[in-house]
Amino acid sequence: MISPANYVALAAILFVIGAVGVLVRRNALVVFMCVELMLNAVNLAFIAFARLHGDLNGQVIAFFVMVVAAAEVVVGLAILTSIFRARKSASVDDANLLKY
Amino acid sequence: MTHSMILAGSAASNTEVATFWVLAVAAVGAALGMIATRRAVHCAVLLAVVMLILAAMYAMQGAPFLAFVQVIVYTGAVLMLFLFVMMIVGITAADSIIETIRGQRLFAGLAGIAMLVLLILVVGHATIGPAAPSGPRNSSLNVDGLARLVFTTYVFPFEVTSALLITAALGAMVLAHRERTTPRPTQRMLSTRRIASGRPTPLPGPGTYARHNAVDMPALLPDGTQSRLSVSNVLLGPIALGSPAIAAGPEPGGGAQTAGDEREEEQ
Repeated sequence: MISPANYVALAAILFVIGAVGVLVRRNALVVFMCVELMLNAVNLAFIAFARLHGDLNGQVIAFFVMVVAAAEVVVGLAILTSIFRARKSASVDDANLLKY
Repeated sequence: MTHSMILAGSAASNTEVATFWVLAVAAVGAALGMIATRRAVHCAVLLAVVMLILAAMYAMQGAPFLAFVQVIVYTGAVLMLFLFVMMIVGITAADSIIETIRGQRLFAGLAGIAMLVLLILVVGHATIGPAAPSGPRNSSLNVDGLARLVFTTYVFPFEVTSALLITAALGAMVLAHRERTTPRPTQRMLSTRRIASGRPTPLPGPGTYARHNAVDMPALLPDGTQSRLSVSNVLLGPIALGSPAIAAGPEPGGGAQTAGDEREEEQ
């Protein structure tokens, strides 16, 4: 049986990759996808800890994370389409009217 | 039946070790590919790979319900939504290589490495023992147990979740809704505009040759030159999309009319 520590380490690696993607990429869609990757990594850690402790609370929290992530994606993508309609661009660099 | 198959898989320990390492390497590779590939579509496909692998890992860890929710909600719904939006925003949208902030990638990479070292140290120093013996979470009562928790301990967050989902659905409708600012053109107005535009006939179809009849093949004019009008602007790629006439925004007549006018000007 594989230790939950391996799953937690994998979750940490995936989380960091997602964070680097958010910092590096400038297409807003890709940034969103990297945020999803981070949320998924955290879910993996939740489920690994649920297994470690032998109860279901971690799984319930992961379930709630999925619900919130789904809502976040819906609103985020709607904002993205409305920005794209106004600015003709999906790059996070082009939405800079609130700068300074 | 699938349920018991997954549980049987998680019972065999050697299988789990092998499966974990194969899936972990694939997941990390796909995630690295996600931040390396320039096309947003490739990114979405690689994200689907990561999500499916994570679903398999949930199943291995005695969370069959969440594994299926992962496949249905993430891979099924969320990624499809991403692809739909990608179709609206432009399938060809690719990141440019040029950095807008000097050294952004370098510092992002350094920050990522620092974060990874920190997290790995934390995970390594924590005493994460072996998994607890199989309890109700590992049996076929997984869904029963989750339902009991959701409707007893977590019943208030669960109700709040419904409010969140309704708010999100409404918000998406409001944000994505476009109000019609000009009256809908009538048939007469459309025909007048068409005659006034100088091209009363439909646009030419794509070229049909002996070897190709794809829609991205331009038709040949009598003098042998290619007719740009015969190919849709969408197929011509980012150069056509970024042209100033389209970037200036749709005229009251609508986007398709603008694109047609612009192509006529170039002829």
